[in-house]
Amino acid sequence: MKKIEKKNLSVLFEALAAKAALYIPADNAAGQSQFTRYEAGMTLSEKLNTARSPKDLFFPQIENLVDFQVFGKEIQVRERKAPEEDFILFGVRGCDCKSFEILDKVFLSEPADGYYAARRSHGIVMTLACGAPEETCFCGVFGIDPAAPGGDVSCYFAEDALFLQPLTSKGEALLEGIALEEAGDEAVEAEKTSIRRIADRLPLNQLSTEAFGGDKTKTLFDRPEWETLAKSCIGCGTCTFVCPTCQCYDVKEFKAGDTVQRFRCWDSCMYSDFTMMSAGQPRPTQKERFRQRFMHKLVYYPANNEGLFSCVGCGRCVAKCPIHMNIAKVMKTLGGAQNEK
Amino acid sequence: MQARLIQRAKELLESGEVERVLGWTAGEFFYDLTPAVFTTVEVLEKDFRYNVFAGANLSKYLIAESRKPGKIAAFLKPCDSYSFLQLVKEHRINRENVYVVGVGCEGKCDMEKIRAAGIKGVLDVKQNGDTLVLDTLYGEKTMAVADALAERCAVCKSKKFAIYDELIGEDGEDSDDSRFAEVRRLEAMTPEERFAFWRGELSRCIRCNACRNVCPACSCEKCVFDNPASGVENKAAASSFEENMFHIIRAFHVAGRCTDCGECSRVCPQHIPLHLLNRKLISDMNELYGAYQAGADMESRPPMVDFRQNDPEPSIVHERGNR
Amino acid sequence: MQVNESWKPTIVAFCCNWCSYAGADLSGTNRLNYPANVKIIRIPCSCRLNPMFILRAFQRGADGVILCGCHPGDCHYTTGNYYARRRMTLLFSLLDYLGIEKERTRVEWVSAAEGAKFAAVMNDFVATVTALGENKRLEDLRCKQD
Repeated sequence: MKKIEKKNLSVLFEALAAKAALYIPADNAAGQSQFTRYEAGMTLSEKLNTARSPKDLFFPQIENLVDFQVFGKEIQVRERKAPEEDFILFGVRGCDCKSFEILDKVFLSEPADGYYAARRSHGIVMTLACGAPEETCFCGVFGIDPAAPGGDVSCYFAEDALFLQPLTSKGEALLEGIALEEAGDEAVEAEKTSIRRIADRLPLNQLSTEAFGGDKTKTLFDRPEWETLAKSCIGCGTCTFVCPTCQCYDVKEFKAGDTVQRFRCWDSCMYSDFTMMSAGQPRPTQKERFRQRFMHKLVYYPANNEGLFSCVGCGRCVAKCPIHMNIAKVMKTLGGAQNEK
Repeated sequence: MQARLIQRAKELLESGEVERVLGWTAGEFFYDLTPAVFTTVEVLEKDFRYNVFAGANLSKYLIAESRKPGKIAAFLKPCDSYSFLQLVKEHRINRENVYVVGVGCEGKCDMEKIRAAGIKGVLDVKQNGDTLVLDTLYGEKTMAVADALAERCAVCKSKKFAIYDELIGEDGEDSDDSRFAEVRRLEAMTPEERFAFWRGELSRCIRCNACRNVCPACSCEKCVFDNPASGVENKAAASSFEENMFHIIRAFHVAGRCTDCGECSRVCPQHIPLHLLNRKLISDMNELYGAYQAGADMESRPPMVDFRQNDPEPSIVHERGNR
Repeated sequence: MQVNESWKPTIVAFCCNWCSYAGADLSGTNRLNYPANVKIIRIPCSCRLNPMFILRAFQRGADGVILCGCHPGDCHYTTGNYYARRRMTLLFSLLDYLGIEKERTRVEWVSAAEGAKFAAVMNDFVATVTALGENKRLEDLRCKQD
């Protein structure tokens, strides 16, 4: 365990930024936290979560794949590679760190996605324990401990200092050569206890996942409640775009003069043209599209990934949905007796 | 207020005057009300909620709801009533099928304002006169209602209803033009400053389409940005140009029909002040073509489908500066 | 400001079929000069001009966009240009509000008999846009890659 005084945080950031591109949660012009490339003088956001999740850094909203350029009768194909730059993500919360594991199962299983794999291998994750969870948090439902956030290095704020615990060899190497004090575990253990005590009081942390899982397709798919739940949904993509685990994308082309640029961009199952085919839309109304999102998180994904749910309870959709319909309400409605109040 | 609304909704359902009631249903917390349609008195009594966080504009739901058989009662705030009447005017809502219960409004609170004030972990909120008492994970906090008001409510254009069949609470008055103050501030900037301002704001757009999907004026069956044949269809803004284009075109498409209900800015997950684009157009139209409030009546012609022979020439934009 | 002497702007001129397009024709038959970097797109009426066309012209490399139509009162369809006038006024004001140089957009009324005016308008507009330089604020970098 290492530590650095809180007032010297910028010294740590400078040292990290000298090693690789450093991204920290910083407040933007709208007062929201977002992962921002560190520059001298930048301060760490006080907010619990970034408005957009850190998946952006590994799976950006737009990824250019390949360009086709026409020269007379020739077509030149130019592949776009993912950047080969090492980067450090500081201040990732436990929930978001878990989301990388969920994305890995999608993008790193064979055939692995080269762009995602490149970014994952170049990224070093420094997590930060949640000193003050929000009422929208429910990571505990999915077995995530906000007091043990994981990553390459776990960090804790306690006693006016930042404590750093390297967890991997990548993390050990990262901290080498940085002026840090050696520290004992006591302060961090006390902080962990305090975090867990708050986590126990989180109202949404009491949700049960018992009624969900890979084998529940038949019991959940035709439930009449989907109709009521989806009724207020306006079909925007807010929940999917702020979600750290949503990973659907579409491949599009942009024609600029004699060049065609093929790129992929995030897609949302909430959109009316999601997985549109020449034969039409397989999910014709918002009810089917709404159901798709939650069935995917709570049933289809666990069915293919040893029971792992693809929600980490970060609470972004709870806070951001324009009409306040979210996975917590879905779980309460469909979750059986355990979720009745 | 909530008790009065439930009581009235119950009467309307029980008497058979309406078959459904459009209102709000309880969430996990005090602030996360969801628009909902009630068909039975039991569910209504159990789940109907109305409070200072019932900010969503219910009018757009009536496009679909009013086309179903049977009458529906809808609880509309003054600003919602403008959107409602505008949609009736555009033949989007079947007026005969809607019974409008106007609900007097003193402004709605915005949870994001409370969060921005650094108050975390809000479990419950109680309204005590002009003060919100917030029960949080980190102890009890208080905040003045006025400080937690949504931006659009702080500069409310009118508390006067455009339309209602019956009223619960008070009908109010039109307000002054203070809502244009921010537009004036931007107009006074140099073009370079304005460009920097809007680039900063619009560069945060994630094209979630929440602004469009919530907008009562955006009621096209198929949006041009969803139509592969339009040449501009896309699911993400793949360049800074596309970020600009989406918002310019959206503001332009609703020009003269936007009632300034402020839903676009309320729902934006990235806090982009989109209402400032619409307000600019409203301000320009008022100044160039005479005062007009979309949704205020059924008769007047919207400025963008009207003209005068002596309208100013487009060069006025060059001559008068941005104002 | 650094001015590249050899740089020539790309200008898109949307011309209504009945007046301004014929005006451009007349300007040609009268052997009047206007810069070759003005690309004319014929539209049935000035009110056919969707604001999206203007933005897309900028996206695809235009440095200035001008709309020419019949004089107000002379529209082939009686009132089309009156609507176009309101739309363009509002759109130009909105673009200016976003900090996009207002000199890059213009509306001029040019009748079929005004070949000389057409040439003069184009010469003036090209000079204005040349002085402004390249369109940077409404560009799409994807369209500028080699």
